[in-house]
Amino acid sequence: MAVVALRMLFGDRAKYLGLVFGVAFATLLVTQQGGMFVGLMTRTASVIEDVREADIWVMDPQALYIDTVRALRDTDLGRVRGVPGVAWAVPFYKASAPVKTLDGRIDNALLLGLDDATLIGVSHDVKLGRVEDLRQPDAIAIDEAGYLRLWPGEKLRLGRELELNDHRAMVVAITGASAAFTANIIIHTPYTRALDYLPQGRDTLSFVLARAAPGQTPAAVARAIAARTGLQALSSADFRWKTIDYYLAKTGIPISFGLVIVLGVVVGIAIVGLTFNMFVAENLRQYGALKAMGLSDLRLVGLVLLQGTVVGLMGFGIGLGLAASFFEFATQPPGALRGFSLPWWVAAGDAGLTALIVLLAMFASLRRVLVLDPAIVFR
Amino acid sequence: MAIAVDCHDVTKAFGTGDARVQALRGVTFAAAAGEMTLLVGPSGCGKTTLISAIAGMLTPDAGSIAVFGADLRKLSRGKLTAFRAKSVGFVFQQFNLLPALTATENASIPLRILGASAGEANRRAAVLLDRLGLAAHRDRFPDQLSGGQQQRVAIARALVHEPQLVVCDEPTASLDAQSGQAAMALLRDLAVRADRAVIVVTHDSRIFSFADRIAHMADGRIENVSIQDAEAA
Ligand SMILES: Nc1ncnc2c1ncn2[C@@H]1O[C@H](COP(=O)(O)OP(=O)(O)O)[C@@H](O)[C@H]1O
Ligand SMILES: [Mg+2]
Repeated sequence: MAVVALRMLFGDRAKYLGLVFGVAFATLLVTQQGGMFVGLMTRTASVIEDVREADIWVMDPQALYIDTVRALRDTDLGRVRGVPGVAWAVPFYKASAPVKTLDGRIDNALLLGLDDATLIGVSHDVKLGRVEDLRQPDAIAIDEAGYLRLWPGEKLRLGRELELNDHRAMVVAITGASAAFTANIIIHTPYTRALDYLPQGRDTLSFVLARAAPGQTPAAVARAIAARTGLQALSSADFRWKTIDYYLAKTGIPISFGLVIVLGVVVGIAIVGLTFNMFVAENLRQYGALKAMGLSDLRLVGLVLLQGTVVGLMGFGIGLGLAASFFEFATQPPGALRGFSLPWWVAAGDAGLTALIVLLAMFASLRRVLVLDPAIVFR
Repeated sequence: MAIAVDCHDVTKAFGTGDARVQALRGVTFAAAAGEMTLLVGPSGCGKTTLISAIAGMLTPDAGSIAVFGADLRKLSRGKLTAFRAKSVGFVFQQFNLLPALTATENASIPLRILGASAGEANRRAAVLLDRLGLAAHRDRFPDQLSGGQQQRVAIARALVHEPQLVVCDEPTASLDAQSGQAAMALLRDLAVRADRAVIVVTHDSRIFSFADRIAHMADGRIENVSIQDAEAA
């Protein structure tokens, strides 16, 4: 009888397409927005994630997330180094700086200053050049997307010059640093040079990056640092979540994405529900004839569920395919959406949501079929 | 005569209060195996209600209905559904073919409901369609068939699972005179068998001649039953 159910469904092409469109639309909206949301939230903490060597971040006790940090005292670095369980600790400078190309293009960059000796925190994804060359005078590393923003359409080339806060800077390496939330360009340079670029007051130390000694957990060492120094110390993972949580709780981003997702679900249920209801209503006589001829309610419900399942699978497949192509093509570097991807668990979650949409949409229809009086076929 | 369908004092009312309609007012009626019984009477007299009850689709308020010895009152909802699937063949005025299925597939549905494979069901349906003169139309869809052809597909569907009871509600009402006569002739030919009862509801006097027995109904009751010599038809 499954064949009968499918022939009934495909036989009504207009409604079948309407149903598949409804599910596909909802899936596309929910998956695309869900993926964007996850990408955006991940991006808020990309600077933390890109620093792979350190597993502890030490910062001002008041700091709420990575982008609001009051500088530490220079002496704090030594205090952190003195805490038992700390394998090493290095300074990390983070600020925003105006950049200008020689032909006058201006933009804003995230300037990251790395420990002069070790360059800890530099991007591990080097597209062109060598990070060791950062030790040369005026040397900086710039991310590929930032490079293409400053010199659109031009080939990657080392030795290019630009002005960083009116100081000369020369590109010696081009990196694949993860896109940051607050700036379009990411520049790495040694710590002391970063201070030359942006002379400020006495205190310039944004963060101390540290690593837990072997056999110690970052969280435990972070607690020891906090206890000994009175500073705020968090494991990289905790700091990443603290930052993401801040954006989740304190910005309208989750609400605006959430609204679109809810809208997708509601519109999906509405389109699919109305169309399915129409489909079932129009075929009520056929269901009635089958019922009169002795098809049990259970099998009849099975037929309707099969019809719904096929619609759900087709729609979900198309919607997911469209969303996946969006993430495939729209997020190519150096575009603004670079680094965004569709996590498998967003797709899986949306599969559950689609099943829910289809089930809810079919609810009224199933009821109609169940209460249907087979005697209508004699009318 | 071998009694196949035995109704005793069956009553059925629809609605309540002012809207209450007493459709059946104590119907006592029998149909024999090996015969075609016509149930005739003016519109609204309760014919459809009566055969719906006989076919196990409607529960009477009172009275008993036995079909080949089985007391329908004693059957649960599920058993009634199974009874319809196995023992009853239906022909409706509105044909009620599934538009997305071919003639063969439509005729094979009762076998599919009973669990036969598609191949077996289609094969048996095809044999019957051939006998109904539809060999050339087996793969057509209902909207590619004339009314008479559609009703012949419906007759094949009513007979394909060899039910003990065949009920037809106004089978010629949607057909022109000639197609109606042809459909009735085929129905008589193929449906009437020694071990089967065929009940045809109609108010079309042009087909009375096909009956072995005619039960006249009026206002929810059987008024009288006349025996016919169907061979004279
Ligand atoms: N489901 C129903 N609800 C209310 N009234 C009904 C229903 N079915 C039949 N009736 C009424 O019962 C009476 C008999 O109907 P029916 O058996 O269809 O007559 P017939 O088939 O002889 O024309 C009519 O008055 C009809 O309006
Ligand atoms: Mg009627």
